[in-house]
Amino acid sequence: MATEKVQVVEKILDANDQVASQNQTLLSQAGVFSINIMASPGAGKTSVILKTIEKLSGKMRIGVIEGDTAPVTIDSDKVMAMGMPAVQINTGGQCHLDAVMIDRALKHINYKDLDLMIVENVGNLICPAAFKIGTHANVVISSIPEGDDKPYKYTNIYRGIDVLLINKIDLLPYLDFRMDYFQQGVEILNPGLTTFKVSCKTEEGFDQWILWLTQQVDEFKKRIHA
Amino acid sequence: MHELAVTESILQIAEKHALQADAKKVTDIFLVIGALSSIVDDSVVFYWEMISKGTVCEDSVIHFNRLPATMYCLACDHTFEIPGELVPCPNCGSYQLKIQSGEEFFLESIEIER
Repeated sequence: MATEKVQVVEKILDANDQVASQNQTLLSQAGVFSINIMASPGAGKTSVILKTIEKLSGKMRIGVIEGDTAPVTIDSDKVMAMGMPAVQINTGGQCHLDAVMIDRALKHINYKDLDLMIVENVGNLICPAAFKIGTHANVVISSIPEGDDKPYKYTNIYRGIDVLLINKIDLLPYLDFRMDYFQQGVEILNPGLTTFKVSCKTEEGFDQWILWLTQQVDEFKKRIHA
Repeated sequence: MHELAVTESILQIAEKHALQADAKKVTDIFLVIGALSSIVDDSVVFYWEMISKGTVCEDSVIHFNRLPATMYCLACDHTFEIPGELVPCPNCGSYQLKIQSGEEFFLESIEIER
């Protein structure tokens, strides 16, 4: 039988992107600035989130959506212990969060009173880069022990992000991490990317990150009230 | 690892366009995927055979048009392909590079029987 060609030209993850943009609209309408934190396992996502909540306590109401591949609540328990609302998503082994999971999570957390929603993505440098979830800003946390070659190997995760935290800088004296080489790779992928070198342990560099984040939230509120 | 989710999206898009075109059967799927998109062809094909069963796309063949990742060297104006991993300019060794292509990730067309 004769076949016929039908032109499609549709982005493969278009359906996900559409739900992502709905998520962003919901959060914007509620006046909640949101960030998506991506990193490899062990880079310090939860530590950065907890330290950020601690630094902003009394100044901002923060909620957290925690993504994990297994049904554990270790991370969300820590957030709730600090008096902030949190919801845990169990991806059932899936390696990333997607927009539909965030849509569901937003139904289980009272986000309308919040100033800032932090989403902790699944620890992975590959898959989360492909799936938009609808947050206003994308953040990657890299850490010194992971090595300085990560931008050269995991190119996608550094593209399309708004800020980079280089964590565990207190370990720099003990490891052969070439900061110049690392940042050179990032510069190719994302020229001029806002970058903060931090340590959750010593709190070095943390004030600059908190200042940046506070400015983002303030500017966002001005924009949506304008 | 995210090939299942990606393959499900491909099926959704193909089914939607097959329905719009009043197709009895989809015989071929043509994808365009840049070298910087982390997708393993074999895994997509593996999942495709599983999830397309019982749909209008059953037994259809997926074709991958893999586009190379090309970089432009800001230091010497040289354009070159990279293997997916970042490497310095082979002409002058500079890391002052810009990504030109390789991030494509779309379903270009389907071949159907009416």
